Amino acid sequence: MSDSCLTLTINGESVRLNDISPTMTLLDYLRRIGQIGTKEGCGDGDCGACTVAIVAKGSKGQPHYQAMNSCLIPLGSVAGQEIITVEGVANGQLHPVQAAMVKMGGSQCGYCTPGFIMSLFAAYYDRTVDDVSVEGNLCRCTGYLAIRRAAQLIAQAKPQDQFTERLAQATLELNSICYITSNQQFYRSTRLSEVLDLLQHHPNATLVAGATDLGLELSHHRKHISVMVSLEAVEELNLLTDTSEFVEIGAAVPLSHIEDKLRGVFPSLDEMLHWFAARQVRNRATIGGNLGTASPIGDLPPVLLSLEAQVRIASATGERSVMIADFFKGYRQTDLQPGEVIVSVKISKHLTQGAIRRLSQSYKVGKRGTDDISIVAAAFVIDLDEHNRIVHARLAYGGVAATPVRAIAVEQGLLGQPWTIATIQQTKRDLKDGFTPLTDLRGSADYRKMLVANLFEKFFVEMGGATIHPLEVG
Amino acid sequence: MSTIGKRKSHESAEGHVTGNAIYTDDQRLPAGMLSLYPVLSPHARARITKLDVSAAVQVDGVVTVVAADDVPGENNTGVILQDEILFPTEEVSYWGQAIVWVVGETEDAARLGAEKVVVEYEPLQPILTIQDAIAAPSFHNEPQVIRRGDPEITLQQAVHQLEGELEINGQDHFYLETQVSWVIPDSEGNYQVYSSTQHPTETQIIIARVLGIPNNRVVVTCLRMGGGFGGKETQANPVASVAAIAAHKTGRPVRLKLKRDHDMILTGKRHGFWGQYTVGFTDEGKITALDVTLYADGGWSIDLSPPVLLRAMLHIDNAYYIPNLEVRGRIAKTHKVSNTAFRGFGGPQGMIVIEDILDRIARTLNLPPDRVRERNFYHGVGETNTTHYGQDIVDNRISRIWQAVKANATFDERREAIDQFNQMNAYKKRGLAITPVKFGISFNKTQYNQAGSLILIYTDGSIQLNHGGTEMGQGLHTKMLQVAAKSLGVTIDRFRLMPTSTDKVPNTSATAASSGADLNGQAVKDACETLKSRLAAVAAKWLKLDSPEELVFENDWIYCRTYPTAQVRFEDVVKQAYSDRVSLSATGYYRTPNIYWDAKTGKGRPFYYYAYAAAVSEVEVDGFTGTFKLRQVDIVHDVGESLNPLVDQGQIEGGFVQGMGWLTMEELVWDDKGRLRTHAPSTYKIPTISEIPEHFTVHLLERAAQDGVIYGSKAVGEPPFMLAFSVREAIRDAIAAFGQPAYVPSYVPLASPATPEATLMAIEQIRAAALTSTVMEGDRQLSPL
Repeated sequence: MSDSCLTLTINGESVRLNDISPTMTLLDYLRRIGQIGTKEGCGDGDCGACTVAIVAKGSKGQPHYQAMNSCLIPLGSVAGQEIITVEGVANGQLHPVQAAMVKMGGSQCGYCTPGFIMSLFAAYYDRTVDDVSVEGNLCRCTGYLAIRRAAQLIAQAKPQDQFTERLAQATLELNSICYITSNQQFYRSTRLSEVLDLLQHHPNATLVAGATDLGLELSHHRKHISVMVSLEAVEELNLLTDTSEFVEIGAAVPLSHIEDKLRGVFPSLDEMLHWFAARQVRNRATIGGNLGTASPIGDLPPVLLSLEAQVRIASATGERSVMIADFFKGYRQTDLQPGEVIVSVKISKHLTQGAIRRLSQSYKVGKRGTDDISIVAAAFVIDLDEHNRIVHARLAYGGVAATPVRAIAVEQGLLGQPWTIATIQQTKRDLKDGFTPLTDLRGSADYRKMLVANLFEKFFVEMGGATIHPLEVG
Repeated sequence: MSTIGKRKSHESAEGHVTGNAIYTDDQRLPAGMLSLYPVLSPHARARITKLDVSAAVQVDGVVTVVAADDVPGENNTGVILQDEILFPTEEVSYWGQAIVWVVGETEDAARLGAEKVVVEYEPLQPILTIQDAIAAPSFHNEPQVIRRGDPEITLQQAVHQLEGELEINGQDHFYLETQVSWVIPDSEGNYQVYSSTQHPTETQIIIARVLGIPNNRVVVTCLRMGGGFGGKETQANPVASVAAIAAHKTGRPVRLKLKRDHDMILTGKRHGFWGQYTVGFTDEGKITALDVTLYADGGWSIDLSPPVLLRAMLHIDNAYYIPNLEVRGRIAKTHKVSNTAFRGFGGPQGMIVIEDILDRIARTLNLPPDRVRERNFYHGVGETNTTHYGQDIVDNRISRIWQAVKANATFDERREAIDQFNQMNAYKKRGLAITPVKFGISFNKTQYNQAGSLILIYTDGSIQLNHGGTEMGQGLHTKMLQVAAKSLGVTIDRFRLMPTSTDKVPNTSATAASSGADLNGQAVKDACETLKSRLAAVAAKWLKLDSPEELVFENDWIYCRTYPTAQVRFEDVVKQAYSDRVSLSATGYYRTPNIYWDAKTGKGRPFYYYAYAAAVSEVEVDGFTGTFKLRQVDIVHDVGESLNPLVDQGQIEGGFVQGMGWLTMEELVWDDKGRLRTHAPSTYKIPTISEIPEHFTVHLLERAAQDGVIYGSKAVGEPPFMLAFSVREAIRDAIAAFGQPAYVPSYVPLASPATPEATLMAIEQIRAAALTSTVMEGDRQLSPL
């Protein structure tokens, strides 16, 4: 079933790729074929200058234009898909998004502008034009105000044009692919069983879903990949189930779909997703990827730790479940064995026995509020009984150890305690010495220790705990 | 109709939004184009003991390696002093310095080749901080001094006296387009260079120097830049030079576009400074004497550090009259990147010191900081309106702007509201602050204050406009088109604005110091006047008029002022001029009058005029994390009679936000081995749209025409950057409120940048002091009123 070429559609024109590396980034490819409107600002997925739109499945299954960083996308991942670049937006005359940017002075040096245009273009057809739609685009000239004014000009539009027509005709189902070059193999499967088979033959294959983490390695040429297996199209990994008992999120579900579909279910998940990277990355990144990379500063692990998620894992020999707390084994190490794939993450909605209410929230502190890597991230779950006593406590942190961790001793100490400022103050003292974080470029060990403690008090205060002046409680 | 003063969009805006605007690396590749990749030093300071490139040249696709031996001219790209080795041979001077560059058929090949280059080092102890440099001692220059009055005596006599120090952070330019140059050699020994450079002439001179050929063999063209901010003034030169050496060696076209990491690792940044001060002041908070020492971290070579330091010293006063003042400055030599020009050019590093001092004076005296600032403004005539370097501030608009922005921002009402909010909230506090900017306009070095232009009219009436300035997004080309269209009385569509090129306008100055429109605008107008006078003679003959001076050029027509029906189309006159053998091209030239500087005495009139502005900012600070939210910004800015309010507003907003980034989140971290740990946007954070408040107003000062500047306009590139001090001071104001109600601090030290960590540490200091305030001396207890 091997294909000698990959096809994709760029600005309405079908292109066939022969003997080209499936791990070449889309950005490199676009520039190589002379589509130089799309710029490289960083090659890290952090500046958005390379943003293009891809026709993809929205959270409700509808076709839509989705912004993504072309510097992070391996060509194999977009096989069979339709890409719009900045060159494809104007049609004889400027697109409304372009006209608004011209009119309001939204470009100065213009180098970031194609990326802004594409982010706004995608949001324009989603009718979600706001600051969040361009939070992943850096501009060093304008201070963003003129861009915001341009966005406001088009925010209320109800587009009906060739691009909406094109969406109506779009085919969204991703097909299986086996593309082999002289020194690389790229597979995309639609069934889990196929993936598990492939892994038996290629136990060292690199698994990829949204490629937002792996894309960094590719963009910086830090890795040669011989065999790549894309999980993006695997049906079993794309399920999202929300029952009265539990939620189960497929490993390949993009974060932006989780954002949309689970809004209001877990406050701490909502909050963390809001601060998770930026729109372009959330459109591609997956929950499986965020767990699989096992970064100590991943944003979702603290939330999943606090909610005691279970990780479902499959291999050719069967399936197993592991508690998230047992999943992280060390710095960038997980419980995942060769041949295994994360299938889903399952989170119970049950309160602890004896509890009448649950308090939960998450926090992320970075040098910059938006689109930064956390200095410390925290997620808390407290179940209270009718006497306002703590019957269940989960305090989980990122950025304070080699893996995302829970403050287990502190959690146990909280059981049976009243949910009062006195308890919080005592807990803060314990938390401060609960971890031995490192000093690095993002923050000092002292600051991290202070945050570990302070964030718990912030949680208490924001959950409606009695406010008390900090000076009165030394 | 003239577009002067109109909100005209950027001349390349349509190119920007469609992706059709061509930047250096977007051009069509010439056949046989080669790429480069560097081999970087893993040490901040080390002796090179071995260099072996033999394995690298064996790599598929590697053409050669360029190193010091390949430089036919001088192996040096220094601009003020020749202290900037291009290819180090004996010693490396900073972490990440490029030793050699591998030349490949593709960038991939060059990269793989670079991995095979063997360099061995003997590491040496680097000097990494200003303090280390002082201890060594290691400096680039002798101490500089500017002095007024008698600060020693007046400090002794002062009613109040404070001492302090301030560590001031640097800043990466983070232009979105990294450094890039293409060099295309020909078989006759000439080099066509396309460079993202703010200073094509200097890039030309440096390339000629390293190649050992006359300047006329090198043409440097800048199409447009994807941002500059000072970072492509001198920093473009080594990049272009390496590509030129490779082109010379191979005889083939060579491109070099730095990867983002390499750009941040290799290139100079805003200077970090260290300031120490002693200030004397009255009970009313008026400064009577100030003694300041400023140390700039120059990095490994001197680059533009002397004028950067000088500008810091000349802006230590900001908008304030300081009757007795001595400011000393010196440039530390460290084993780090060679720091360079960056928007404000030392001005911000000088001004931050006086703003810190004024807040401290206010809190020491328990006076509102805005009042104390006001009381110290330059005012009146003569001595109280003259700077410490002897320049009379002829056109002082500080008070006018200050009152205007206070009114726009309803400063006094919000002050009360914020105080109330702070009483009601223990865990979050709001802060409000207003700060002024006075910024001197002109290159300090008098000779740079000149500009040229070249206008070519073709027989169909279409026109090419050349001038010496470069376009980096600031809207210079847009303004030049507006100036040319008005001066020549034609519609703007007649013009094609040409890429800046050294074969069109020679011997230009850098597009820097906010001076682009002032200098080049006058030069463009000058060329237009020349052409107009020639065309007027032709038109007068055509219209059978005796006096060409009676003719008006407007809207593509030339007509007689007194007999408007006597008129002729511009393009008809152009055709006639050609027939009459009248030249249709002209150069223009301008030099700024009436400026001078005596470096020996530290006195003079270095600035043609001053730009003024003021801003009010409000923040809310989280007491648990130290994070802040900018809630509101109001700005009044003097841009004279704006040539283009859309462009000027964009400069003001963008400058402010860039300044806010510098002061609140952009943190350059070097480790103890001198390795820069923040060399990508994942680790070095500039503001995003989410940090920008909904409420953000900009008002241009009205009735503000500036005599002697192009159409009454004023410079706007750098001044707004320093309006961001209002954010820093507002954060400080909020930090102070964490002591309330028991404790009003007399000093709120705050590190820069005011990151969440720095802010939380400052809050903790206040909280700790509040707890023990009863035993502290010099702090006041508030009565529970």
